[in-house]
Amino acid sequence: MNSLWGVILATMVKDIRLEWRSKDALNSMLFFSLLVVVIFMFSFDPLAEESRHIVGGLVWVGFLFASVTALNQTWARELRNQVLDAYRVSPGPANALFLAKAMGNFIFVSVLEALMTPLFVIFYNVRVLGPAWQLLPIAILGTWALVVNGTFFAAMSLRTHSREIMLPLLLFPISIPAVVSMVAGTTAILTGEESAHFYIVLLLTYDVVFTTACLALFGMILHAE
Amino acid sequence: MKRLFPILSIFTVILLAYALYEALVVAPTDAQQGDVYRIIYYHVPSAWTAFLLFFINFIASIQYLANAKPSTKTAAKWIVIAIGVGGVIACFLPPVQRLLPTGMRPSAVATTVLLIPIFYFLIGKLFPGERLDMLAVTSAEVGVVFCSIVLVTGPIWARPVWGIWWAPGDIRLTSTLVLWLIYVSYLVLRRFSSSAQTQMLAAALAVFGALDVPLVYFSIWFFRTQHPQPVIGGGGSMDPRMLHVLLISWMAFLCFAFLVCWSRFRLELLHREIEEGHAMESLSGSGVAPRASLPLGRSSR
Repeated sequence: MNSLWGVILATMVKDIRLEWRSKDALNSMLFFSLLVVVIFMFSFDPLAEESRHIVGGLVWVGFLFASVTALNQTWARELRNQVLDAYRVSPGPANALFLAKAMGNFIFVSVLEALMTPLFVIFYNVRVLGPAWQLLPIAILGTWALVVNGTFFAAMSLRTHSREIMLPLLLFPISIPAVVSMVAGTTAILTGEESAHFYIVLLLTYDVVFTTACLALFGMILHAE
Repeated sequence: MKRLFPILSIFTVILLAYALYEALVVAPTDAQQGDVYRIIYYHVPSAWTAFLLFFINFIASIQYLANAKPSTKTAAKWIVIAIGVGGVIACFLPPVQRLLPTGMRPSAVATTVLLIPIFYFLIGKLFPGERLDMLAVTSAEVGVVFCSIVLVTGPIWARPVWGIWWAPGDIRLTSTLVLWLIYVSYLVLRRFSSSAQTQMLAAALAVFGALDVPLVYFSIWFFRTQHPQPVIGGGGSMDPRMLHVLLISWMAFLCFAFLVCWSRFRLELLHREIEEGHAMESLSGSGVAPRASLPLGRSSR
């Protein structure tokens, strides 16, 4: 157990340090989602009442697209200098590597969300009518849902030609229930018309199911040669 | 086996023609919808066939993954038996029965649950080793074709009856569309993946897809459905003469799907034999490679 957390912590700290120095993933994500905000604003130009209904969808679609740019770089980094091959022959558990990568991505996407959400609020004049604190569990569970499958499929698409294109093709169909719950839950809270409890429970189920599936199958994906 | 194929082909053609005749001429006209409804004789059998093929794909994929290690193989066997037995018993317990949607009969659900171990062991017996993966790719490809038929014929029917081509957010329509998307991404992965690890990756994706489908279903649980209730095992009802034609049509579609799957499977088998032959040839240098020069006319044995 100790070695599991040791490997997780070491890999995650290394990733965060790399990101802190280069800021590759975060900068591209931030600029990308800023563009999404601006383009959506020009294409819809909504009133305050309308925006309450659509902004949940816009926010999450923006984050979904932006997170793909970060997820694509997760494993590509390890291909240089055969780092991934070194992992494969090392005695460290495969799942520790996966969890470290997923947690690292979770932190990056959370930072993105924390920085971009105020912009959405400003540009679309959003005022929350429902219980606003429920947005937090939706954000946490939703981000984990995107990131855990994204990390897994990014590892999977490493083994394909044109892997940058493969990741969204694999990730988006599987993410549909998570995206539906995130969007519907956020809209429910923003409009205050219905309860978001069902969607939070659904997101939790999604997270538990797919985290288990990822952990069960990641070793196979890593060692598939 | 070689002679069976043309015989089955002729039989399928006759059955398809008969089903078409029954659907267009014999089946009574619907009192409310008129003749438009006759498209269900293509729509519903395609849907059943597509779901059956995706189910086969899932079973084959999960078995392929489980067979990678002897320990998981044994564990998977017992889990499948437990699912079969536990599922059937659970269907007849009152608390579980209350959870079922209204109109869905417990016996129908129990039969479906029972199909899991039956298919698992049948497929494991008939398709050992690498053939499991060949079955998976075959059933996915043919399943996507039938699912596309469902998604095309549905809007054609919906336009005159509902007045709209597509009902956004409808539970049945959306889950079928997502299922189709997942399996298209499965085929894309197989196409783009480099040779050696494709099977494992594809099998993992198929498992993810199968886990996704119930979640898709629940995520749109609150959305109302416009789609007619299922005829078998659901709350829908149908004139017995119509049901008779529907079942004939389904038989014809099943035969057709089986035929297509069979030829696709043979193609895949030959394809891999040739690849293997090429690999052997390059391994043995310029030496004789007995399996490399396969004539294409050789049938599967």
